[in-house]
Amino acid sequence: MVRKFTPKVLTANHLINGDVIYWNADDRWVGNHGEALLIDDEATANALLAQAQSQPEIAVGPYLANAARGSAGGAVPTHFREEFRTRGPSNYQHGKQAEA
Amino acid sequence: MYRYNDFDRDFITERNRQFRAQVQRRIDGSLTEDEFRPLRLMNGLYLQLHAYMLRVAIPYGTLNSAKMHKLADIADKWDKGYGHFTTRQNIQYNWPKLTDVPDILDALAEVGMHAIQTSGNCVRNVTADHFAGAAADEIEDPRPSAELLRQWSMDHPEFAFLGRKFKLAVTGSPNDRAVIKAHDVGLILKRNDAGDPGYQVLVGGGLGRTPMIGKVLRDFLPAQDLLPYVESILQIYNFLGRRDNKYKARIKITVHENGIETIRELVEERFKLQRAAFGGNDQKLLAEIKEAFAEPEYTSAPIKAFLDKQNSDAAFRSFTDTNLATHKNPDYNILTISIKAHGKTPGDATSEQMRVMADLAKKYGHDELRISHEQNVILPHVHKGDIPAVYDALREVGLATANIGLISDIIACPGMDYCGLATARSIPVAQKIATRFDELKLEHDIGALKIKISGCINACGHHHVGHIGILGLDRAGVENYQITLGGDGSETAVIGEHAGPGFAYDEIVPTIERLIYAYLDIRESSDETFLQTYRRLGAAPFKSALYPATRIAAE
Repeated sequence: MVRKFTPKVLTANHLINGDVIYWNADDRWVGNHGEALLIDDEATANALLAQAQSQPEIAVGPYLANAARGSAGGAVPTHFREEFRTRGPSNYQHGKQAEA
Repeated sequence: MYRYNDFDRDFITERNRQFRAQVQRRIDGSLTEDEFRPLRLMNGLYLQLHAYMLRVAIPYGTLNSAKMHKLADIADKWDKGYGHFTTRQNIQYNWPKLTDVPDILDALAEVGMHAIQTSGNCVRNVTADHFAGAAADEIEDPRPSAELLRQWSMDHPEFAFLGRKFKLAVTGSPNDRAVIKAHDVGLILKRNDAGDPGYQVLVGGGLGRTPMIGKVLRDFLPAQDLLPYVESILQIYNFLGRRDNKYKARIKITVHENGIETIRELVEERFKLQRAAFGGNDQKLLAEIKEAFAEPEYTSAPIKAFLDKQNSDAAFRSFTDTNLATHKNPDYNILTISIKAHGKTPGDATSEQMRVMADLAKKYGHDELRISHEQNVILPHVHKGDIPAVYDALREVGLATANIGLISDIIACPGMDYCGLATARSIPVAQKIATRFDELKLEHDIGALKIKISGCINACGHHHVGHIGILGLDRAGVENYQITLGGDGSETAVIGEHAGPGFAYDEIVPTIERLIYAYLDIRESSDETFLQTYRRLGAAPFKSALYPATRIAAE
C-alpha cells in the first residue's frame, strides 16, 4: 500500500547567523514559516531537499518538516518542535518573536 | 587562582588562529558542513534549535572579576546581553553569529579562557566542589587536583577521539556538593590512617538514558599517583569501551558489562607501567599549581553590622538563613547568589548582573567567584561584616532571592527552548513551579528540596538525582513529563524511582503541588526533609498523591 504523503516545508538553519529559514515559492530562503512553500508531493520535496543540500553556503542541516495549510492560507507547523522554531524560546520573548 | 603561563597563552592563541581559518574556509566553501562540524564542536560551537550556541569552559567553575567582566562584555557585544550558566559549571551564549565566534574566542583568550573540549568525545571541563578552598568541612582543596587534570587532559592526543565524552569531577569534602558519583571518574580527596593525602576513585557513574552510580575502583590512591592512575583508566576505557553503539559507549556501560573487578584488575595492571612513565614531573607541576591556590589574606573586622541587620531586616535574615554556608574562617561566610529568581530562567544572568557580581567579588570577595553545577554563582570568601553591603547591592539587580536549596532553586537544562536534542521544554516548567510556590508562600516551610528537570533522556538537568526529577518527553507529538522520586546527588547518591505514567505540560504544576501537600501532611515534623520522609515511608504515599484514585480508576 502506498503511504499518503504528508505535506512538508523545507527548513534549515542559516550558515552565518544560525537563524531558522524556510524555502518559499519564489525559490528563496525566508525567515517566516507562513511564507514557506507547502510541498504536496514527495518527488518535489526530495528534489528541493537535494537542491538545499547543494547550497552549503546558505543552509545548514536542511530537512523536510511536516506542516499543514493554516486558516490564513500559509503553511503552519504540525509538531510543537517546529512550532517553537517559528517563534523562538518560550521562556521569554527574545527570539524571532521579538523581531516581529 | 591559576594564571596562564606562556605555554597556555601560546596554545590558545594558536588554536584560535586555526579556528578563525577554519571558519573562513567553511564560509568560502573550502570545507563542507560535515568537515566543519567536528572542528567547530572541538571549539565548543554547536548549532542549536534557533541559532548557534557557544559553550565556554569555566574550569572547576572558578572565575575572577576580570573573567566575569569579560563574559558580560561578550554577552553585550556579540550576543543578546545575557549568558546561561550550566550544570557543567560552564557558560553558554545562545545567539552568536558564526563570523563573530573567532573574535569571541580571542576576547576570551585575553582573560585566559576558551571553549576547547566543551564538546566532543574527549575529556570535558573538569568540575569540582563550588565551595572549594572555603568550606568548613573540607579536608583538602580540590582545585589543584582539578587544575592538574585540566592541564593533563587539554589536547591530550591519546584521548582526543574517545568512544564517547568523559567527565571528571573532584571534591575535597565528605559532603558531596559536586555530584561526584554521577561522573565517569569521580575523585574524593581523603587521608589514610597514616594521615597521607590521597583519593578515593570512583568509576562508571553517569546519568543519561542508563543512569548509574559510580563504583569504587580504588578506596585510597596516594596523591602522587593521580595522573598515571587516571590515565590508566582512560587507556583501559579507550581499549575496551564500545564503539558500535553510541548509547553503550560511556565508561559506565564498560564497567557494567565487564564488571568492576575486571576493570580494576586491568587498570591496576596498566597503572604499574604508567606510574614509571611519569617520573615525578607531574608532582613538580602540582606543587607549582598549589601555590596559585594559596588561601586569601583574610581580614579581621567587626561583624556588628551583620548581626544588627539580621535582627532588624526580615528579608535579610531570610537571605542569610538560606544563601550563606559555613566558611572555614568563622568571621567569613560562603555566599551563594541565586540565579533562580522566581519566574526567571534558571542559570541566566544578564550582563549587568554579571558586572555587579564581578565588582562585588573584587570589592568584598577576594576577587573570587564560582559557578555551581546547580546554576548559581558563589562568592566563596565574604567577611560577615561585608554581607549587608553585598546583599543591598544584589537586591538592586534582582539577585537577592533567598531560595538556595529550596523548591524554587531548580536545575533545568535548556530543553526545547534552545536545544536541538530536546524532546520537550524544561525551563518554563521550572519557571511555573517556582512562581506557583512563591505565590503559595510555602517554600521556606517545605524546606530542603531539590527539583531537577531535563528536557530529554540525556539528562543534562540531572533529573535522576533530583529529590523530585522531571523528564520531558515527546509522546505522540505532545509534551509529556515523567516524574522520578527519591533521587539524590550527594554522598548518599541514589537514582530516583520512576513514579508512573507521565503528565501533560499543563498538569505538571498541579501535580507537583499535590506531591508537596502530601509531603507536608505526612512528614514527622518540619525538620524532616522531603527526602527523609521519602526514605522513611517509601514511594507509596507519594504515588497516591501523584495518581489519585479518580485518575487510576479512569485508566
